[in-house]
Amino acid sequence: MATVTERVHSPRERPEHVRHTELGKPVTFLEAIREALWEEMERDDAVFLLGEDIGVYGGAFKMTDGFLDHFGPDRVIDTPISEAGFTGAAAGAAHMGLRPVVEMQFMDFVSCAYEPLTNYIATSRWRGSGPMPIVVRGPVGGGVRGGPFHSQNPEMAFFHTPGLKIVYPATAYDAKGLLKAAIRDDDPVLFFEHKKLYRAPALREVLPNEDYVVPLGKARIHREGSHVTIVTYGAMVHESLRAAEQLAAEDGIEVEVLDLRTLLPLDDDAIVESVKKTNRLLVVHEDTRTGGLAGEIAMRVNEKAFEWLDAPILRVTAIDTPVPYSPPLEDYFLPQVGDIVTACRYLAQY
Amino acid sequence: MAETTGVTAGGALAAGLSRDQLHEIYYYLQLTRQVEQVLTHLYRQNKVIGGLYRSLGQEATAVGSAYALRRRTDGTGDVISPAIRDLGALLLMGARPVDVMRQYMAKGDSPTGGREQNVHFTDYDRGYIGLISHLGVMIEVMAGVALSFRLRRQDRVALVYAGDGMTSTGAFHEGFNFAAVQRLPLVVIVENNRYAYSTPVSRQTAAASFVDRAPGYGVVGEQCDGNDVLAVYEMTRRAVERARAGEGASLLEVLTYRRKGHAEHDAQAYVPAEELAYWEARDPIDRYEKRLLEEGWATREELDAIAGRVAVDVDRAREEAEASPMPEPEAALHGVYGDLPVRRPWTRAAAVDPHNA
Repeated sequence: MATVTERVHSPRERPEHVRHTELGKPVTFLEAIREALWEEMERDDAVFLLGEDIGVYGGAFKMTDGFLDHFGPDRVIDTPISEAGFTGAAAGAAHMGLRPVVEMQFMDFVSCAYEPLTNYIATSRWRGSGPMPIVVRGPVGGGVRGGPFHSQNPEMAFFHTPGLKIVYPATAYDAKGLLKAAIRDDDPVLFFEHKKLYRAPALREVLPNEDYVVPLGKARIHREGSHVTIVTYGAMVHESLRAAEQLAAEDGIEVEVLDLRTLLPLDDDAIVESVKKTNRLLVVHEDTRTGGLAGEIAMRVNEKAFEWLDAPILRVTAIDTPVPYSPPLEDYFLPQVGDIVTACRYLAQY
Repeated sequence: MAETTGVTAGGALAAGLSRDQLHEIYYYLQLTRQVEQVLTHLYRQNKVIGGLYRSLGQEATAVGSAYALRRRTDGTGDVISPAIRDLGALLLMGARPVDVMRQYMAKGDSPTGGREQNVHFTDYDRGYIGLISHLGVMIEVMAGVALSFRLRRQDRVALVYAGDGMTSTGAFHEGFNFAAVQRLPLVVIVENNRYAYSTPVSRQTAAASFVDRAPGYGVVGEQCDGNDVLAVYEMTRRAVERARAGEGASLLEVLTYRRKGHAEHDAQAYVPAEELAYWEARDPIDRYEKRLLEEGWATREELDAIAGRVAVDVDRAREEAEASPMPEPEAALHGVYGDLPVRRPWTRAAAVDPHNA
């Protein structure tokens, strides 16, 4: 799509807060996502943003701070509080060749857009109504004392829907590259950003200054190991890495940590390859237990690598409750490093 | 074509329309009714796979409104999304009767390849987007279509049809409010045909009429007799002109009546017989015919010739649709994603191997 909009504001130099990579400075997870959005909007006039408080206010997490000034109100649209309404509108715009990026102020609210996403958007191509180049992105996850409605991990509500893709990055590099890939993808992508990672100092990294994408559907090994495989994603990648370090130091157990990065489609090959190497599998997710991704992964490994397993497939997950608010309750709800260590020890000794 | 009476500027006879245009409207009213009559026969022969949804008695709302649009075949015209009883609008925008029949008969060469049914299909060149069964979402989607027109500075209009039942959904509100706030070129036509399946309008809303909502959204609202095809045309044309001029969305209500059950299986036992008789006497096609003849805008012979032409067209479409093949089973696998295959059932492979599950 060539010229889609007339720029309200003439192109000019990027503001300071989206120039960190250009200047060779490290960026946070949040800044990496912001850069991806900015660069994709610069690269393609068909890309535009819809969401609550994303324009004048710059977003609840300041993700789109400065975007309205630069790209104008046609491409940075403050919507009424109506997740279904503006997600459905994104579908209409996508029909006509635009590439909307929809922000959920918190991904918890994506449940309000379940209808357009699962019935309309996910089926559009298959129904013969054409591709749906839409990204729905926003903050997910607990550990920030957000309570039951600002802490959810709703990925599995969508995992069961053919036609959708689901991305859940764990590093700044991946967040930027995966979001760019998602925006350029012709299928609808749900893009989950763990809010605890947004400004985590440990995640700051210097990113390549040149344009890059991280392909959807490809997992990555964060840490090599030979005794136990942990398959995980999102913030739990970092908890798993901590557990792995502890196990290496205290028990001599070498854990391989596989970050899925994309949940739908799942990278079966990467999972199976790692299982064939370690013969033991632990799935760790921050999402609740019943109907969580661990169940699907276990089934796939059962189908593809049953003969290679030396122990049952185990999982460490959140408990099957809503996300509690009070710190002692939420800490009990969430999987902790100690839980992962315990599970790995059990597997290693099995 | 000779113009006999009531000639206004530029050869227009009524509502700014020429004799040819008035006849064209008659053609599409006839086409809608006759396509549905043939579909009814196919349904009774068990050749329609799913339900059959008739627009008997409300053809004028669909045809009159869509006639007010800029119709193109190259993707530059206005865009509609029909509701289930807007076959007339779809035909007017350029959908072919044979494709409608293939849709109903679940044929492999239907516009959706047998994946979807009835009027649930899309053609961006001709300007229509197929609805899904979840009511209200099309208001949101068409608001987005209208948004794209504004972002690209195109003077195109989006028109979306809603049944009276659809107005009760949250999606209707969210979609329409978004269009109103953004002042998008969207026309919403509420087709008040008195029933949503078996539920009368009195159980759908406490308001006296749907158009009363317009000031609440801050948009222009208009209501008209939905069985008067020219009144529907004129009201829609005004809304389309406002939209094209950048004056934002409109909420239109047409008062009509659904003379069949929700679908062909529904014997509409919940409808009083005298109500049906009342509306049968106000049939929109009969009314339009009478008007055309009385005003001298058409002769009986001309109308019969048009109806005869429609009958030939429809019969040819039926023959073609009946000859169409059913889809290949494995076609179900295709098109879920642009770049990802869907797995075949491993138990149906020549070499059964669960590793390929």
